[in-house]
Amino acid sequence: MINLFEVAETNEMIAKENLDVRTITLGISLLDCVDSDLAKVNDRVYQKITTVAKDLVKTGEAIEKEFGIPIVNKRISVTPMALVGGAACKSKEDFVTLAKTLDRAAAEVGVNLIGGYSALVSKGMTKADEMLIRSIPEALHATERVCSSVNLGSTKTGINMDGVRLMGDIIKETAFISREQDSADCMKLVVFCNAPDDNPFMAGAFHGVTEADAVINVGVSGPGVVKTALQKVRGENFEVLCETIKKTAFKVTRVGQLVAQEASRMLGIPFGIVDLSLAPTPAIGDSVADILCEIGLEYAGAPGTTAALALLNDQVKKGGVMASSYVGGLSGAFIPVSEDQGMIDAVAAGALTIEKLEAMTCVCSVGLDMLAIPGDTPNTTIAGIIADEMAIGMVNQKTTAVRIIPAIGKGVGDKVEFGGLFGYAPVMPVNGFSCEAFVNRGGRIPAPIHSFKN
Amino acid sequence: MKKTIITVVGKDTVGIIARVCTYLAENQINILDISQTIVQGFFNMMMIVDTNLTDKDFGVIVDELNALGGEIGVDIKCQKEEIFDQMHRI
Repeated sequence: MINLFEVAETNEMIAKENLDVRTITLGISLLDCVDSDLAKVNDRVYQKITTVAKDLVKTGEAIEKEFGIPIVNKRISVTPMALVGGAACKSKEDFVTLAKTLDRAAAEVGVNLIGGYSALVSKGMTKADEMLIRSIPEALHATERVCSSVNLGSTKTGINMDGVRLMGDIIKETAFISREQDSADCMKLVVFCNAPDDNPFMAGAFHGVTEADAVINVGVSGPGVVKTALQKVRGENFEVLCETIKKTAFKVTRVGQLVAQEASRMLGIPFGIVDLSLAPTPAIGDSVADILCEIGLEYAGAPGTTAALALLNDQVKKGGVMASSYVGGLSGAFIPVSEDQGMIDAVAAGALTIEKLEAMTCVCSVGLDMLAIPGDTPNTTIAGIIADEMAIGMVNQKTTAVRIIPAIGKGVGDKVEFGGLFGYAPVMPVNGFSCEAFVNRGGRIPAPIHSFKN
Repeated sequence: MKKTIITVVGKDTVGIIARVCTYLAENQINILDISQTIVQGFFNMMMIVDTNLTDKDFGVIVDELNALGGEIGVDIKCQKEEIFDQMHRI
């Protein structure tokens, strides 16, 4: 039987160490909303989302009460809209109407973000894909809750460099259109290599075409829990360190599994996956960078950071995999700059540069996330940064992403404020040498040799 | 039978158990097990209870116990047992 000590440990994690379920994300397929008449598509999309997700928020709140665990976000991901709107949309403006419909539906059911204003163009772009991509700045600016993602490459297909170059322009345009709000629309836009179909985390969540009609995916969190556990083993060797992370990750993930199963049962929607990510927030004590410091670094970014992050990421997976029946999504440690006070401090102290962050993304989940760069960074340089990150994903057969904010009107030393879970970010210097001739070549980078496994 | 764990943590005072048990009795909640300690003047109790007979919603019990804790000056949590089972048992 459960004892007092175990109960106290769990409640301590929740009360003092920021243990929470970061998100319950309901994936909804919109493929059955496709029509050649735009008004019909808009109507069907709205009806389907507001029907399938009508009890999502209520169910999330009921589960919070039952187990006494906070569920921070309830969200929705949908089929990439380039597929849903492809037959009906004849212009950028047509796609923007779909974004507005998603926004309305999200508001109606009470979710804070809806993901899936997306295009999958890892090898080439259809006309609809390109139209959707070109509509992104306007779509994000005209909506509050819509998140957008574009998959630009994969290990199997290589990298679509035309897409990369286009996204360099689109990110800049997205920043410019929201320049009055510190270019904040950019935090709702992410580009991927090897994007997973079942990621519950925003801004990159979409409901892949390989998925069922509706599915529940859950993202857990718990950097504070891991850090507190590690405080108790200061000075011990790597074996003890790794075992401690693994056991803690197991406990954290079990909570996610429980919540996912309960949500699935209550909503009558199949359980998809638990995403084993360590997702930080700007709250004090909820930081991945602080774990790296606890492992033994003065600041995230110091020599040894990549190794420390590699072991952290690996142990989180090893502990988490056994705790859940299905693991998926991004699953790893997130290292967003603005959403993690320890990362912000590291940038401010001069310990962390974009180049070091890039190295860190080789060994952990996702990539260059929530970092601000000077607003006058050339579009081709942004495309170059994206291309580098996509190459890391392609060659290492992992997901990588770029969510970068060119802060219009700001330079190194300034900071951008996003508020809430998104935090704030100091503007980081970018390598000033040009890559224009490289990104302007056009075409695509072929798939790497080790993708030919058949 | 699905069990529920009630935890009471706070500064020790007269009648904590009596007040909590009275509430449980009034609401047809059966107590299966109680363990309690006092560490440095701090009252720490865990009860395993059966809420199958009560006609109140689980969420209402959570809120009412929380409010009762406020009156007594202690922190009362009421959670389904599964969260602890899942976390601490394979």
